[in-house]
Amino acid sequence: MKSGSKLERILNAGHFAFTGEVGPPRGANVEALKEKVAHLKGVVDMANITDNQTAMVRMSSWAASLICMEGGVEPNFQMVCRDRNRLAMQSDILGAYAHGIHNMLCLSGDHQQFGDHPQSKGVFDLDSMQLIGMVKKMRDEGKFLGGADIDVPPKIFIGAAANPFAEPFEWRVHRLAKKVTAGADFIQTQCVFNMERIREWIRQANDMGLTDKVFILPGITPMKSVGMAKYMKNKVPGMDVPDEIIKRLQGVDKKKVADEGIKIACEQIQEFKEMKGVAGVHLMAIEWEHKVPEIAERAGVLPRPEV
Amino acid sequence: MIVAERKPFDEIKNMVSGYKRVLTVGCGTCVAVCLAGGSKEVETLNAELNLAFGKDKIKFGAETLERQCDMEFLAELDSKIDEYDALLSMACGAGIQFLAERFPNKPVFPAVNTSFIGVNLDVGWYEEKCRACGNCVLAMTGGICPVTMCAKSLFNGPCGGTNQGKCEISNDQPCAWYQIHERLAAQGRLDQIIAISPPNDWSNQKPRKVIQPGYEERVKTLGR
Repeated sequence: MKSGSKLERILNAGHFAFTGEVGPPRGANVEALKEKVAHLKGVVDMANITDNQTAMVRMSSWAASLICMEGGVEPNFQMVCRDRNRLAMQSDILGAYAHGIHNMLCLSGDHQQFGDHPQSKGVFDLDSMQLIGMVKKMRDEGKFLGGADIDVPPKIFIGAAANPFAEPFEWRVHRLAKKVTAGADFIQTQCVFNMERIREWIRQANDMGLTDKVFILPGITPMKSVGMAKYMKNKVPGMDVPDEIIKRLQGVDKKKVADEGIKIACEQIQEFKEMKGVAGVHLMAIEWEHKVPEIAERAGVLPRPEV
Repeated sequence: MIVAERKPFDEIKNMVSGYKRVLTVGCGTCVAVCLAGGSKEVETLNAELNLAFGKDKIKFGAETLERQCDMEFLAELDSKIDEYDALLSMACGAGIQFLAERFPNKPVFPAVNTSFIGVNLDVGWYEEKCRACGNCVLAMTGGICPVTMCAKSLFNGPCGGTNQGKCEISNDQPCAWYQIHERLAAQGRLDQIIAISPPNDWSNQKPRKVIQPGYEERVKTLGR
């Protein structure tokens, strides 16, 4: 065991993992955060706690992670490279670990110009690949990036993201390989809507032997409306929403669109359960946390295994 | 001007090994003035490369353009480019990229490290003066750049680390804000730095473009 986190135990035991996501509040609204977490308790193995997502200021990921833990859900502490240099990153990692946080997702982060402080100075002292390597060095060698020894190294299960849909497609699996080499233990992907592409990407990862070295959890986002599907297709960079999805949502009664969205998500999860090289799924029900228990139930991933 | 330094010889050697015909391209402007990449430096580098590889293994050509950051000067190479498998540019990073853009099928390697925007203090002695941050505050600071000359890029200095006019990072480094204070005091303009300077707009954090007014229509027709 590298970290002993619940997610690591579940994956090592060969169970199909089911992870969720919580966006911290844009304020100190602890109650709202606790409510989101409560919907996920007993339903997901772990919840990602986003880090100033889309470059908008929110409650810090490590602080919200602690609240998540208190609510009975294991957190996945997200860290982006945009907001901190290597000193701040390492000190936050130590602090988070000291409070019992054992999973971390290492990301570059959206550029600051997209958020609510476009004039800010992006830090990007390290990139996501270098951050993964730094956490691995801290954990496995017990050393800071600068080379000094760490007195009690943090035992972190290292997560990274992959986007199998961005161009150039052929290079995507190589970027995955780089993250594996850097030290990623598990991968959560960008929201999957194009099943054909993800099948091909997983096949390439299988062929390269990557799925023996890293746990891959494709990202699932249920569509709430036709508008959301169109927005994701046209406005969100790196998102691949095939026309079939939009047509399928348009084809049902207006009141049933959300239900159809959930149905699509459940079908995807079914397929991933049987796909070689896939270790679980990561459900990103954006501001729809209360629907997660229903989705989990319908997707047949409950009850969650006890490990 | 832009100041550059030649890369370590072994690094250059590794980049070009494996090619048969390499054209070393100098630049006659900034990098020539700072003695890093003009025609003399092209000659010296090629001599060293010939010594290292032997004249039979790689054929090194030499051309020094007036400016590599100007397409009309790059066009001078059009007729010669087919004679070479790779280009070794001694221009600044901007020139190297423009050369690579002009000849996208040829590998283009940098022979210099572009260091900073600076000034000539004496022969062979250059000092950084500008970080091209895109939001010039020199009016407020008596003509001394706090972004470049203050090690912390402070806008409301001097910080507590200032040490009898020197910066905390080194006794060789003057404290920019001490100098700003001195200069403004001498000019009777200390009121310039009494007000709190608000958080800066770091617009240099994304790729920038300048189109001077009056040329906007022309740029549109060029479609770039």
